[in-house]
Amino acid sequence: MSKAAGSRIAVFAVFVVICALVLLPFYAVTLSSFKSGAELIRYGLNLRFDLSVMSLDNFVYLFTGDHAYFTWFTNSLVLTVVQVAVTLFISSAVAYGFAAYHFKGKNALFVCVLLIMMVPFEILLLPLYTLTYNLGLMNSYAAIILPGLANASTIFFFRQYLRGVPHEIIDSGRVDGATEYGIYARLILPVMKPAFAAMGILTGMGSWNNFLWPFMVLGDDRKFTLPIGLKTLLTPYGNNYDLLIVGSFFSIVPIFILFVAFQKYFIDGMTAGAVKG
Amino acid sequence: MIGRFLYSQKVAPYVFVLPFVLVFLVFWIYPLASALEMSFQKTTLGQGAHWIGWDNYAKLAGDSVFRKAVANSVVYMALTLVILIPFPMLFAVWINNKSLWGREFFKSSLFFPALTSVVVAGTIFRLMFGEMQGSLINSFLGLFGIGPVKFLKEQATGFVALLSLATWRWTGVNILYFLAGLKNIPDEYYEAAAIDGASAFQRFTRITMPLLKPTTIYVITISVYGGLAMFVESMMLWNGNNSPKNIGLTIVGYLYRQGIEKNELGYAAAVGIVLLVITMAINLVQLTLTGMFRKED
Repeated sequence: MSKAAGSRIAVFAVFVVICALVLLPFYAVTLSSFKSGAELIRYGLNLRFDLSVMSLDNFVYLFTGDHAYFTWFTNSLVLTVVQVAVTLFISSAVAYGFAAYHFKGKNALFVCVLLIMMVPFEILLLPLYTLTYNLGLMNSYAAIILPGLANASTIFFFRQYLRGVPHEIIDSGRVDGATEYGIYARLILPVMKPAFAAMGILTGMGSWNNFLWPFMVLGDDRKFTLPIGLKTLLTPYGNNYDLLIVGSFFSIVPIFILFVAFQKYFIDGMTAGAVKG
Repeated sequence: MIGRFLYSQKVAPYVFVLPFVLVFLVFWIYPLASALEMSFQKTTLGQGAHWIGWDNYAKLAGDSVFRKAVANSVVYMALTLVILIPFPMLFAVWINNKSLWGREFFKSSLFFPALTSVVVAGTIFRLMFGEMQGSLINSFLGLFGIGPVKFLKEQATGFVALLSLATWRWTGVNILYFLAGLKNIPDEYYEAAAIDGASAFQRFTRITMPLLKPTTIYVITISVYGGLAMFVESMMLWNGNNSPKNIGLTIVGYLYRQGIEKNELGYAAAVGIVLLVITMAINLVQLTLTGMFRKED
């Protein structure tokens, strides 16, 4: 056997081991979603495959039980869809303003975009919290949607993307007598489809999994999103494992399906920031 | 008349960027300025505020719990850099090799954890690192006659759990970043090096590493930010913002404790400003050392 083939097999073996380790927690959770909460409390999360303690009870409880899981699920879904639509629309328009025009103050404004990307959002938690309180927006989805309307990294990505779009499209639009906004809506938006897909998935993933800020501003359990709802199942007075594990498992499903279906766009979106423009 | 004005080529760009300007002013500049102002005040939610000068900062300097939080965050950040830069870089180089069987599968599998929310991932790891003999990690250690270990009760083992969680979630993401960087390195460089008789190790250190520098700088920058601002991971592992002897307390955790749990908004704002200064300082040093500023012209 040649040396090259040997090292190929070694690398392959390393990846098999690493992937097994990485997938192990998913396997453990899937397995545990078929076990009772009492079983979990007594023996912990483990890899014991024992059909005698496994049943579909948790899944039956998830779909028919008296709890708010699907209220949270729907809230998360609605909030994610609204956030993705609004953020993409506004951020792409802003990016187009930066990419297509020369205007006074443009560079200074773009520095502001970069600044937002560099400062930890967590610093703004408290002042945003007081601002939300003073505006009377506590417990509302507006408090979650408004601060993210024009997302800096999304603007940055769209601008990089638009720099690759030929300027002749815009010129030809002007010659044909389209208005400035008509050019954006009818000529630019269609060529941005791949960028929209990448950013849509990234924004959607962030929104679906967003926790800390919604946790701080939402107080009413009927308005909770899925991560907050799942978090409330863990209390200092005892944990609702029956619902928690199966609920966690089920919360991964939508994003997992999206990933498998649109893997290419996921990867484009994830690596957007690393590509130098 | 107004319609013509709004539609003119001079005004249109301002209309396009207007939403950003508004969001920037209302949800960024204003909160940042008020965080700065609050850090010099004694203030609570819905109540008045009064100016106390540098008192909050003076108090922070002598606050041993705050020092603990800073130490935890800085150590966590440093360790994530040590783990999450070299290994993903090496894995990316291996995955980039077209002769590797199952490379697409490996890439996807390693990325899966990034799809989970911190809440779900944290819950899973909290249970995996449980104290019981039957919990996943302890049952494995039991095979070697070790344990059961009370992971979340001690500093070192608590960090093992925190770092395992971070490694699990971010290895695949960083691999993707490095793969994107590798795509920009022309194959000819490697072919020329092979003709000159360079070993695989030499090709890695002389070609791959230097040419991955922009990607590496980007990954370091976001890791510094993410490491220093880490909070929810710790909150999920310890099921709340309290850990024994504060072994899991982070800077943002302390900000949250003072600001939200104790309603000491002024003091918490000072914590935030310190975090801002630390993040900016580390990133400035990092970007200067790696020559980022010299390159930009």
